[in-house]
Amino acid sequence: MSILEYNGAAMIAMAGKDCVGIAADRRLGIQAQTVSTDFTKVFKMNDNIHVGLGGLATDVQTLHNVLKFRMGLYELREEREMTPQVFSHLLSTLLYEKRFGPYFVEPIVAGLDDKNKPFLSSMDLIGAPVQTKDFVVSGTCTGNLYGMCETLYKPDLEADALFETLAQALLASVDRDALSGWGGVVHIITKDGVTTRELKGRQD
Amino acid sequence: MGDSAYSFSLTTFSRTGKLLQIEYALNAVANGRTSLGICTEDGVVIATDKKLASPLVDIDKVSKVEMITDSTGFVFSGVGPDYRVLVRKARKSSQAYKRHYGETQPVSQLVKQTASVMQEYTQSGGVRPFGVSLLVAGVDGDGKTRLYQVDPSGAYFGWKATAIGKNYINAKNFLEKRYQDDMELEDAIHTALLTLREGFEGEMNSHNIEVGVVRNGKFEVLTPAQIQDYLDEAN
Repeated sequence: MSILEYNGAAMIAMAGKDCVGIAADRRLGIQAQTVSTDFTKVFKMNDNIHVGLGGLATDVQTLHNVLKFRMGLYELREEREMTPQVFSHLLSTLLYEKRFGPYFVEPIVAGLDDKNKPFLSSMDLIGAPVQTKDFVVSGTCTGNLYGMCETLYKPDLEADALFETLAQALLASVDRDALSGWGGVVHIITKDGVTTRELKGRQD
Repeated sequence: MGDSAYSFSLTTFSRTGKLLQIEYALNAVANGRTSLGICTEDGVVIATDKKLASPLVDIDKVSKVEMITDSTGFVFSGVGPDYRVLVRKARKSSQAYKRHYGETQPVSQLVKQTASVMQEYTQSGGVRPFGVSLLVAGVDGDGKTRLYQVDPSGAYFGWKATAIGKNYINAKNFLEKRYQDDMELEDAIHTALLTLREGFEGEMNSHNIEVGVVRNGKFEVLTPAQIQDYLDEAN
């Protein structure tokens, strides 16, 4: 039993034309037993940054609170919003500080930088970061997620097309994974705001 | 610091509500060599008088204007060794900032951090306040240029132009007359040199002053050759 597979998760973030999307499933399980079908794994940190936290649920929630704390302090002291690059760097440092007793979370960061250009990054549980221009995935079915993204992704999609692509990639991936699924949520972030839609998927 | 046998602060209130150790520290600053700074929209200049005890001193090896991050610099008036401790701490803190956030620490954050350290030394066991006032030049989180003064008490102020150390009142009056909101950096550098010369004992040259400049978001210490060019233009 792997601790990162105890609760189950599937998430994708993708870059479009001057927009980003981030999607995640809704399942919270305790190994085989499904406990909740509306568990939140994607969190809005500010107007420009969303973070997806997949892994052990207790660490998902604790890390979210730690990030809220750090972000709040930053905004109070600096009197400005954090950019996604800074957030991602901070998250990486936070995770490495727990190198020998880590948070069992593999996060993905999606946002728009100060020039409203897409920013995507993901990292492992000890903070090794990867920045990409197309998509990032995390969870218990990353094999499926990579396959679907690689197949469906096209660069410079507009917001509505990005939504469709994200939704189809997520739903098809979780269907072959027992530990993720039970619905989905997709956030599309543009400079004008965030649109959030719930996905209807197989409830199994 | 460390294993002090003093768990009580040496900076205590007088009956009139003053912290005399801080007042005395400010006296040490007022007796120090003059420093000044001018902030414009396209840059900041800080400068100091580097006069030393004897012509035998290798003056080029003395460094009073110090870089803290690639876009901020310090200069001081007061007790030199205390200054060097603050420079070390400020550099370490700004590197720690970069390690956490991946970005250069904005000058206002550096100032708050340094001021906080100076305040600690007025309220901790077995230590005395720093005998320096700092002038900090740099670029802030919004991309704008800033000039700050930090005092031994830990109080900090943003300035358009200011002077500290010996003869600071005359220097500030001089600056007040000449400062304009739409000044450009090159004018400011000339004005800074003229102001320094006003109170200078003896002849001012490119080796017995030090000048630091924030230009295009980067801090640099001017070489004696660069200072000489400005001095030549002023003549």
